[in-house]
Amino acid sequence: MEPAMKVRLATVWLSGCSGCHMSFLDQDERVIELAEKVHLVYSPLADVKIFPENVDVTLVEGTVANEEQEELLKQVRARTRILVSLGDCAVTGNVTGLRNTLNENVESVLGHAYIETVDANPQVPTDVPKLLEQAHPLHEAVNVDYFVPGCPPSADLIHYFLTELLAGRAPKMEGIAKYG
Amino acid sequence: MTSTVVIDPVTRIEGHAKVTILLNKGGSVKEARFQVTDFRGFEKFSEGRPFYEMPSITSRTCGICSVSHLLASTKACDEILAVSIPRTAILLRRLMHMGQIIQSHALSLFHLSSPDLLLGMDSNPAKRNIFGLIESRPDLARQGIRLRKFGQEIIECLAGKRIHPNEWVVPGGVKSPLTKEKAGKMLSGLPEALETTLATLSMFKNRLRNFTGDVENFGNFPTYYMGLVTPEGSLEHYDGEIRMIDPKGKIVSDHLDPKKYYEYIGEAVEPWSYMKFPYYKPLGYPKGTYRVGPLARLNIASQCGTPLADEELKQFRQMGENGIVQSTFLYHYARLVELLFCLEQTKEILDEPETYSDHVQARAYPNRNEGVGVAEAPRGTLIHHYKVDDQGRITWVNMIIATEHNNLAYNRAVTQVAKRYVKRKRLSEGMLNRVEAVIRAFDPCLSCATHAWGNMALDAQLFDSEGNLLDKLTR
Repeated sequence: MEPAMKVRLATVWLSGCSGCHMSFLDQDERVIELAEKVHLVYSPLADVKIFPENVDVTLVEGTVANEEQEELLKQVRARTRILVSLGDCAVTGNVTGLRNTLNENVESVLGHAYIETVDANPQVPTDVPKLLEQAHPLHEAVNVDYFVPGCPPSADLIHYFLTELLAGRAPKMEGIAKYG
Repeated sequence: MTSTVVIDPVTRIEGHAKVTILLNKGGSVKEARFQVTDFRGFEKFSEGRPFYEMPSITSRTCGICSVSHLLASTKACDEILAVSIPRTAILLRRLMHMGQIIQSHALSLFHLSSPDLLLGMDSNPAKRNIFGLIESRPDLARQGIRLRKFGQEIIECLAGKRIHPNEWVVPGGVKSPLTKEKAGKMLSGLPEALETTLATLSMFKNRLRNFTGDVENFGNFPTYYMGLVTPEGSLEHYDGEIRMIDPKGKIVSDHLDPKKYYEYIGEAVEPWSYMKFPYYKPLGYPKGTYRVGPLARLNIASQCGTPLADEELKQFRQMGENGIVQSTFLYHYARLVELLFCLEQTKEILDEPETYSDHVQARAYPNRNEGVGVAEAPRGTLIHHYKVDDQGRITWVNMIIATEHNNLAYNRAVTQVAKRYVKRKRLSEGMLNRVEAVIRAFDPCLSCATHAWGNMALDAQLFDSEGNLLDKLTR
């Protein structure tokens, strides 16, 4: 297929474990077929560093956990036609959101990691992006078009979802996607 | 006053980082910093949870090496149960870990680094990725995808799931025995995996002469090296004892108990990174730089312990003085040697009759209030340390992740590359990619290291010592 005819696909990692991206790669040889139909315009697997304009589909993994991620997600939304929450962290907060239920603030979580368990130079890093008080699922920050749950969503589910979308059909997730 | 250059984000690594290069007044590179910019707080939010939940929670530290986390975590839980687990369970856990290392090394070599090695460091960044490789070298891309798949299928055969397969690995052993039918499936994929690995090894060695400058400038400096070895000093990924060698290859500490890691490993913090800086305590901070991972494991091991890998190890050792290979670029080579070893080990385990016994799990209640589990993850020594109350609820957690051990070395490596490639206060695409490529050679897993993950835009800026913008590069 001519590059100009291809669907412009992007993938984004926010605060998560990369498992959803690995499950995307678990499509194995089907990734080769996918490369026929899509142009990967932005991804942690690729070297383009600025999120481009006119993206058709963006798969986003992870929660919004710091100020930079919040800013990036808003830019992604503004430049993407179909935005997809990929995996449980993006859909619900999941493991990344476990810190939200603590009866303590961000400072105490940071203090445990950077002061209490340290032998030299104990201090909370300051010259780094500031954490948000809570780690948010994507739809709390921007409008989301599709949700693909799972920890991670299986390669088959991701493949079904993309196949339907690329064929111009709305993927029907009921009965296919399940928790866990 | 110094000037700075920033590469943000570093891509095609498993994680979220940026590089800042500080210049002297004269415009030469003073130092470079490898900054990790996210944090998730696993050690805190695990407090209060039943200990047996820890494998499934901490596996979510990383989607690439989730099996290594599962194993380090269940080993810490075995300690809390105070049981001796059945040998069959150990064999099956080892087999699963071979699958883990195979898939992770294949990912690092083919999906992430081969675009640099095959398409070139100065090639068009829009094509310099796995999709670009599918277009220009479809056969090779397919081989890489299938090698990764082979590793993932070992995990899936055993545990029913490829990523976060936490229902099968449990405290005390594993949930179910291995059937001959599933073993047959794994064995049938072995010849192709071996063929791909041998072909890649020979291609890598052939291409090495095009990269002599990179071998010399890619984090090529002496450090200490650390990792697990068997009691006989052979290559080890699941159990064993800690060995530390000095830059000349002399063993400075051997048969160290991995459960007492805190006696010889300290952790420090810098204000500009969420990734901590472990150091070798006898040398102090920041002098106690050591490296872990595939290169370190081959440097510390007396031998691999399998025929093909041992043959290749002889050639590998010729790349360094006294047999100690210091160039970070050669982590790629070390991964290939380890791939051979893992494929040979897979065969050995599958040929062992005891692998098929039905005794796979020891059952007990918590009998200790503390447990440490250590394994060699694809990227190096992984430590999980838990404390529990009498009911087995978590009261305290510390994790030291493979990638963290290399933190001091990253900063030295990035500084060395920047000194070589940042010239006359200007930036070039090739320079930026080389700084990133040295990081990629280490194959960091930053989702692990900060127990975090993320991504941002690249904006490299170069300032003079007065703070005036000299040069700017975006992509």
